[in-house]
Parts: sequence; structure tokens; C-alpha cells
Amino acid sequence: MQIDRRLISHFDWTLFLLALAFVAMGIVTIYSANYDIGAEHAGGLPSRQLLWLGLGIAVMFTVISIDYHYVDRLAYPFYGLMLVLLVLVFFFGHSGGGSQRWIDLGFFRLQPSEPAKLAIVLVMAKYFQDSEPSRGYCLRDLWAPFALATPLILLTLIQPDLGTAIILGLVFMSMVLMGGLRLKSFLGLAGAGLAFLPIGWQLLRPYQRQRVLTFLDPDRDPLGAGYHVIQSQIAIGSGELFGKGYLRGSQNRLDFLPAQHTDFIFAVFSEEWGFAGCFVLLAAYFALIVYCLKIFERAKDRLGAILIFGMVSILFWHVIINVSMVAGVMPVVGVPLPLFSYGGSSLASMMLAIGVMINVSMRRYTF
Amino acid sequence: MSKKPTFPVYELMAILADMGRKDAAPELRGRTRVVYFILIFAFLGLLSRLAILQIAHGERYTFLSENNRIRIKRVPGTRGMILDRRGELMVDSRPSFDLLFVPEDTESPESTLRLLGKYLGRNGNELIEIFEENKSRPAFDEIILGKDVDWATVVAVETHQLDLPGVTLRVRPRRNYADGPMAAHILGYLGEIGPKQLKILKEQGYLAGDEIGRYGLEKKWEEVLKGQSGGEQVEVDALGRRVRVLHEVVDVPGDTVHLTLDRQLQQTAFEALKGKQGTIVAIDVHSGAILTMVSTPAFDPNVFARGIKSEEWRSLIKDRLRPLNNRAIQGQYPPGSTFKIIMAIAGLEEGAMDPDAKIFDPGFFPFGNRNFRDWKKGGHGSVNLHKAIVESCDVYFYQLGQRLGVDKIAKYARAFGLGEKTGAFFDDEKDGLVPDTAWKRKRFRQPWYPGETPSVSIGQGYLTTTPLQLANMMAAVANGGTLYRPRIVNKVESVDGATVRQYQAEKIGTIELKPATLQRVREALADVVSGAGGTGAAARSKVVAIAGKTGTAQVIEMKGAYLKSEQLSYFNRDHAWFVAFAPVENPQIALAVLVEHGGHGGAAAAPLAKEVFEKYIELQNHPKDQQQARAEGESRAD
Repeated sequence: MQIDRRLISHFDWTLFLLALAFVAMGIVTIYSANYDIGAEHAGGLPSRQLLWLGLGIAVMFTVISIDYHYVDRLAYPFYGLMLVLLVLVFFFGHSGGGSQRWIDLGFFRLQPSEPAKLAIVLVMAKYFQDSEPSRGYCLRDLWAPFALATPLILLTLIQPDLGTAIILGLVFMSMVLMGGLRLKSFLGLAGAGLAFLPIGWQLLRPYQRQRVLTFLDPDRDPLGAGYHVIQSQIAIGSGELFGKGYLRGSQNRLDFLPAQHTDFIFAVFSEEWGFAGCFVLLAAYFALIVYCLKIFERAKDRLGAILIFGMVSILFWHVIINVSMVAGVMPVVGVPLPLFSYGGSSLASMMLAIGVMINVSMRRYTF
Repeated sequence: MSKKPTFPVYELMAILADMGRKDAAPELRGRTRVVYFILIFAFLGLLSRLAILQIAHGERYTFLSENNRIRIKRVPGTRGMILDRRGELMVDSRPSFDLLFVPEDTESPESTLRLLGKYLGRNGNELIEIFEENKSRPAFDEIILGKDVDWATVVAVETHQLDLPGVTLRVRPRRNYADGPMAAHILGYLGEIGPKQLKILKEQGYLAGDEIGRYGLEKKWEEVLKGQSGGEQVEVDALGRRVRVLHEVVDVPGDTVHLTLDRQLQQTAFEALKGKQGTIVAIDVHSGAILTMVSTPAFDPNVFARGIKSEEWRSLIKDRLRPLNNRAIQGQYPPGSTFKIIMAIAGLEEGAMDPDAKIFDPGFFPFGNRNFRDWKKGGHGSVNLHKAIVESCDVYFYQLGQRLGVDKIAKYARAFGLGEKTGAFFDDEKDGLVPDTAWKRKRFRQPWYPGETPSVSIGQGYLTTTPLQLANMMAAVANGGTLYRPRIVNKVESVDGATVRQYQAEKIGTIELKPATLQRVREALADVVSGAGGTGAAARSKVVAIAGKTGTAQVIEMKGAYLKSEQLSYFNRDHAWFVAFAPVENPQIALAVLVEHGGHGGAAAAPLAKEVFEKYIELQNHPKDQQQARAEGESRAD
């Protein structure tokens, strides 16, 4: 594959550096989340996250070097690979915290549900790249996307990984709507979704149901899940306006926060940096998403636009759901804060998503 | 959020959406406005939530975060009671106090502990040692200074609470086995959950430090007995004292398990076996309800309730007499002459002999190149079936065995439930063994040799049974051929007295027997006890007519001289059997008594059976005592 010189000059440095800034802030916070006052160090996690970042950048540049129009050819193989990995997880996966999510690769435990989020974007983009019917798609036209999305969602749901399943569902819906679903069809679909709720409820493990119920009625389990939500809220709230200062957070220090360096990293950040810090962080996410939407609007063709939209929706839903659950407005479902939470699979996947967007961005001038 | 958000938001959206309209796919462009709209609202929503937490309620949360003011106090559900058939209390849980210490709540743990030691009249250094051992744990974790502390300690700690920051008492139900070792093997015991088990059980709501049934009914009925733990989410002050309860989950006590066991009868059986190793199982012949099941030597489950020390545990499992074994279901012994009951029934049903015809017993039975001996030197002389049972003549049954063949013998043995678990609610029940040609071929890849049949005919050889199986066999003989599954639990009741589960008699087999067969066998069994020359004369009672059969299970094979059991070293002495039912005319209770190394069944086991039967009759005849006992049991249960 020949790399056009013009491509290098059009490399989207803004997006690349913006993403790196998030990872840097993330590592600084991971350091704090694992900081042991007595020992004055934070263990190996921050440096491991750096390692994952290196891996992520490598993945990203590989993706950038391939013209995004190859999606047409690569979408299904990638999708197939994810499907196989998710099935493998089901049979051979490592379990942790009551669910089976990881495949041990020796040096690295891959969590296939993370890249699976990208797979759904790729196959949807491939499907929606041709211009839509004049009055938009009706449900009958969309059986293929549904058939593609359902197995991924079900496989993550039975792991059980409710958070990823929800993200997959939301990203799918976002793309279908952007791809051009008729309003009438959308309403019909929403109705069907509501009808599916009881079935979905049956599929949930007892502890997941417990979480949903705990959310709907926090008094239900004040000694278990409700306790974590309260502790998380105490962490955020006690940050007040300007925070307690870096490495001065106390809630995470005493292990009151569950998963303080992964899903609950935002609580650690909020405690130390206060509302001011949160405002800056959320504003930065907002800016990142708006910037990506600009690329979306300026994309050369429909394929590129849809592709970017999918990636943006991944980013968007992660941020919204993660912050909502940590701040106690949503059930605790286990979704990482993108580019920020600790975790190799998540970070590499998000870097890959950024890579896809840079890819589209820099190729908008080439023909 | 602004009161009129529409205008500024719309402005912002318009700016955002209009910035780069160059060459996007035009049909998508219209939708971007909606996207921006959702985006702005979602982020404003998050920010306002954060503003509420961090600015509006910031001070309150800061306060709560200091010293981590929110604590979880867990209250384990009170374990259910176990009562006997009349409602007499066998196991309950009494309140006990654990002495706890939370190092975080005091400025100087050492001086606090030293002060505590002073108040308790103990050396403070011991307490500090316990504290030092637990230093690696987080400072907000409670350290257990003492379990089940005495009343003086409770009073001292309560009185000096203000001087002892971080020292608290926790009420904890402690298991109490009213009669100690009497029914230890049935009731079982509890133990703390190990770390490995905890991983599995965590999702069921168990926590570290919880106790779980490890043996007997406590284990088997864990689900029912355990109850649901509750607890409180409390706000505490800087000294760890509770300020207010934020949330409370009420604990649910476990269900009450009503046994078929008769506590008083159990007591009689336990007393009778005192100082011996053995077992007594008694069954209601019309339902299979287990009335008594004693196994000795026993252990005291209360030792487990207070926390067994490792040397105590070691001595229990190393004891040669194996006190942890429930001999009634785990002991597999040759049935000895008690098996002649099955032989007689098989012979009569198959028509293998004329019961009235007499054979001559010279004291041995020549077969092949071997002489099988009768237990009585010189033999019983001229013997018919009745006399053969009453005097337990071996030679008669050697001959009968040859006529029946091992497979027919096995068929009747199995029909009466031998060679197979009774399935009586116990996990660790053993099968016993009923040999036949098929078994021999499978096990040893050898044919059955005719020379092996005589041993089986008198209940020796490969044949083994558990005492429970023999008691159940006897019940079937007594009730006319119905085999019930022995059971120990009558019903399960919730705390409010509602019946959760009720267990009925369960038939597991019906043996079609000619009335004449039953008649003859029962008459002979009655004469074993009451007839002239009967081997079970020691069981003869003035209170109740008993029918039974003695047996002696050889521990080592005697090839040489006729040795009396007493002449053998203790562990080589024979096991003594007595199986019986009563009353003869209207059978109600069947039992099996086994005394390990007791020698001859008639002497060692039969008198114990008599004691149990007489107690049973006494209990039947004095319903007033029962009512009194029930009242007693209930007052104790409170």
C-alpha cells in the first residue's frame, strides 16, 4: 500500500493530541487511585497503562495506514473475528467479579467485548454507505443490521456484561437513526424494544437484576450495591468546588470505591479536583465529541461520515453512561470512561476508534 | 440550569451546526442538529447533577467522607431451631457477645487496649497482641478481641464505653445444642466459611466470618435453617458511635425444622450405649420415621459452636474409635445371623424347604473339602425352621443357602432394601453390599463359587449392611412387607408458625409375601426372645412382647479353636447385633442395635433393645408427661 505524501501533511494532529491528553489525565488519576500513602507509590498500574497506550498507538497507526474504504472488505472479517472471540470467551474465558469476560493471551488479557463495539460500527457503516431510500428505511429494509447486531449483544449479555450490551444497543440505535430510519418505523421499533424488556429481564443474572432494582429503589440493598453508589456519591460530593487536591482523596484510599481505577475513576477524579475539575473534564469531552462531529460533517463521502458517526456515538454513550452511573443517576452497569479508565482492551479499542476518525479526516482531500 | 434554556441552547446549536457546511452527505446534515441538541442537553444534565452533588450538597458529603462516617453493621439472620417430634428443643441459638475493636476510632490503640485490660481484670498485653496480629488489615476493619465473652465483660465495656473509643460489643447468635453429644451425628455442626468456599458462596449472600453447616442436618438443611441476614447502614461519629441509622434491612430468622426423632427415646438409647461403641436406630414401622439414631462414641457439637481449637479437631479426627462417624449409616458390617430372617423368608417364599421337616445338625456342614462350623460346638441336633431361627442354627441355613443359591438370596436381600442407600436425608450414607454372581463377575472377573454361598447364608462373607438398613428391613417384616424410605424430618415451619414443607411417609417398595411366611417368621422371632432356648432371651420384657433376632458379625475369621470373644484382643472381638420389633401383636417400632466388639448379640445388644422398647411404651402410655415436656421445650426455646 502506498502512502500518499499529502496524507501525512493532512494528518489530524488536533485529534491525536486531544486523545493523548485524555490518556495522560487518565494515567495521572490512575496513579492517584492506587496511591498508597504509607508506601508512597501506586504499584504497577500507571506504567502498565502507558504500555497499553503504546499498544494503542501502534494499533491506531496501523488503522490510519489503511484507507477507510477498505471497510467494505474488512468489516465482515473483523466482525466474524469478534463473534468467534466472544464465543471463545463463553467457553474458555477467564472469569472475574461474577462474569466471564477475558481471554488470556499470556502477556495480556483480552476483553473482546471492547473491540466488539467497533465491529458493530464497521458493519453498520458498510451497510449504510449507499444512499438511503428517498423516504428513509423502513423496518423491513433493516433486517440485515438487526441480524448482525443481535448476536453480539446477546453474547455480551450472557457473559454477563450488561454495560457493554447497553453500549452496543445504543450505538446500534444511534447509527440506524443516523442512517435514515423512518420516524414511523422508529416508533414501532421503540415499541418493540419495550416489549422485549420482560424477555431481557429474564436473561439477566440475579445480581444484575439486583442492580437494576437497587437503582430503581435504592433502599433495596443499602448494605450491598447501594453502599457502593453512596460511597461513590460521597467521593464526588466531598470534592466540592475545587476538590481536595491531587493524591488527597480519602474515599478511594480506604477501598470504599469499587473498581476505583477502572469504572469508578471519575469518582476519584471528582474528589480530588472538585466541580471545577469535572467541568473542565466534561468540557474537554464535549469539545472532543464536537470536533469529531465536525469531521463527520466534512467527510468526503457517506461511508466516511457514517463511520465517524459510529465512533462518536461510542465515545458519547460511554461518557454519558459512565458519569451517570458514578454520579448515581443510573444503575452501576460497568462501563469505562473512554481514554481515561485503566484497561488495555478498552484503551486500545478507543485509540483504534480515534485512528478511524483520523483516517477519514485526513483522506477528505484525496480522491 | 437556566430557566429558559431553549433560546441560548438553540443559539449554541446553530453556531455549532453551521460551522462547517462544506461537503457532508447532505441527507445526514439535517440530522446533525438533533445530534447537537442531544449532546448539549446530555452534558448540561451531567453538569447539573455534579453541581448538585458537589456544590449544593458538597458540605454534607465532605462531612460524611471524614473518618468515613457511613458504616455497614451486619446482623446475621438467627439460625432456625431444630425440635423433636413432640416439639422438644434440640438445637437453638442463644445470644452471645463478641468483643470488637476498630483501631481507626481511637487515637492510641495501645493505651485504649491497656485501659480495657484494666477494666476487665486482664493483662492488656494479650489484647495488644491480638491487635498487633491484625495490623495488616485496614484500620476501619473490626478486630475480634473475644468471642462469646462473659457477662462481666459486657457490663464492664458498657459502663466504660466513653473511655474506650473503638471498643464495641456485637450481639451474635450462638448455636446451642441442648443435649450435647446425644444426637451429634444427626444434628451435625457449624463451621466458619473458608476463603475458597466463600468465593463460591458470595453471591448467595455469605460474608467472611459467617458460619455454615458442615455436617449432619446443619449442613443438609443449611438453606432452610440459615435465615436471611440483615443489617444497618449507619452514620457514625468520629469515635465510631452511631449517630443515626440511614437504612435498615430486617433480618429474617431461619425456619424451624421438626424432626421425627423422639428426644427422650434418643436419650434412653444414648444412655444405654454409654461407654460402648455402637449404634441404635429405631424406626416407626408404619411410616419409616426415624425415632432414634444414636452413634457412639459421639462428639459435642457445642465445641464447634464456640470455635473448635485445632488440637481438639486433630484429636477428634485421629481418634481410633472415630467419633465423627455416624455408625448407623456409615458403618458397614456383616449382618451375621440377623440375615437368617431374609434366608427364612426366601426359603419359605421359594418353597426351597418344608419348614416343618427336621434336619440333623452335627455341628458342622461339610462342603467340598471344607467343614463349615456351627457356632454351637456339637450342633443343635434335630432342627426345623422354627428352632433354627430361635436357636440360630447355622447348619440349617448352610443347607438352605445351597438350595436357594446366591442369586435368589440376593434377590430377597435387595427386596428388603439391603445393598443400597436408603436415601434417608443423609449425604454420607453408605450402600452396604449384597453379593451375587453378576457382582462377582464384575468385581473380580470370576464366577461365583458354590463354596462362597454358606458364608453368605449366615450373613458373613462379602455381605455387609448398615444398621439403618437392618432396622428398615425389620420394619418391613413387622408391617407385612412395605419398605418405607427412612426419614428424619417431619416438617419445616417458618418463624410465624406456618408450615413451609411437610414430609409424608414414602413407600420405596412392597414385598409380596404369603401370609403363612410372615406368620411363621414372626412367631419364630417372638420365640427368639420369649421361647425356650431363644438366643435373645436377654431382651425379654415384662412390659412389652418383643420379637427379634440376634447376630454376631465376625471381625476376624476363626479357623482354629472355638474362642470366646472375651479371649480375643478388644479390636478383634465380634460385633454384637440385635434387630427387633415390638409389640409382637401390633408392631409399631423396629430397631437395630449394634455394639462394636461387644461379642455375642444376645448378651451385648439385646438388653439395650429392651431398654429402648420399654421407654417407647412408657412414652406412649404417659401422654401427660409429653405435654409437660412440650411445655418445657417451648419455654426453653424462648
